[in-house]
Amino acid sequence: MSAPTHAPLADGEKPVFYLTEDHHPENSTGLGFWLYLMSDCLIFAILFATYAVLGRSYAAGPSPADLFDLPLVAINTSMLLLSSITYGFAMLQMERKAKTETLFWLGITGIFGAIFIGLEIYEFVHLIHEGAGPGRSAFLSAFFVLVGTHGLHVTFGIIWLITLMVQVSMKGLIPENRRRLMCLSMFWHFLDVVWIGVFSIVYLIGVLG
Amino acid sequence: MSTHAPVNTVGHEDAHEAHHGHSHGHEASHGSFKSYMTGFVLSVILTAIPFWLVMGEVFENKAVTAGLVMLFAVVQIVVHMIYFLHMNTKSEGGWTMMALIFTLVLIVIALSGSLWVMHHLNTNMMTMTPDMMRNVP
Repeated sequence: MSAPTHAPLADGEKPVFYLTEDHHPENSTGLGFWLYLMSDCLIFAILFATYAVLGRSYAAGPSPADLFDLPLVAINTSMLLLSSITYGFAMLQMERKAKTETLFWLGITGIFGAIFIGLEIYEFVHLIHEGAGPGRSAFLSAFFVLVGTHGLHVTFGIIWLITLMVQVSMKGLIPENRRRLMCLSMFWHFLDVVWIGVFSIVYLIGVLG
Repeated sequence: MSTHAPVNTVGHEDAHEAHHGHSHGHEASHGSFKSYMTGFVLSVILTAIPFWLVMGEVFENKAVTAGLVMLFAVVQIVVHMIYFLHMNTKSEGGWTMMALIFTLVLIVIALSGSLWVMHHLNTNMMTMTPDMMRNVP
């Protein structure tokens, strides 16, 4: 389909190449971004493997059952889950080309994300204050790297979200912004998927002992 | 965006596509209010049960609880993939699914390999009790 077809040349006329292509799919960016997410997934897989290997090396220090506050983790989990569904609502409003509603739901998503990060920072500060910082044991090193990397992803997701809110409010729901919102949507839902692994393996099974 | 019917479909399918507007391609991959809510409700249930299992100490046997927690996690990841990330075998000509399967294979190799090797390393080392650890110079 993409073979160039030659128009017959007149004297002195420059050759013109017509590239008859298929309709270029709007979401080819989607595949590229998906490949990025898969490579990110490998980073988290390695961090999970590290945690699985080191997660029981307490060095006579505190164990997950001593440290983790499951009700706090449950609130954190619900914040991230709620932010996932509100981002979904933002995407639905984007489909309806409703700019104000899209911005509203993006804002709600950002607030849930910020609460999640706030609670996580509170947890980290609390742990370090108790003397259970990343230097205490191999278990805590692996814990801080895994959960911290996820938290950094969410933080950058919030920065990206704010950037997109500014861009949408200035330029509207143009195709470029719709594409960007779609990418952030995949990123945001992906982070929620990673969090399922974190709360199951690190917190719930950790507290079980 | 793709509000037109695809140009390379033929016959009754073409008419079908034209009739339904954009039931093909990009727009279809965004899901609907109903699919998002289905995914959300399923996720809430699949999150609440493992938390209840652990916090309520439902089972005596910890291995059973751990196994169930992992099972619920896997099911919830699949729910998220379908209802939030809109994964299917058709999008991008199946390449997203191929990339996902490839990644999953790598993850299984990395995780099982690490655990296997490190388990053997641990069993071949002298075990160190917390008491010995305290007296390490």
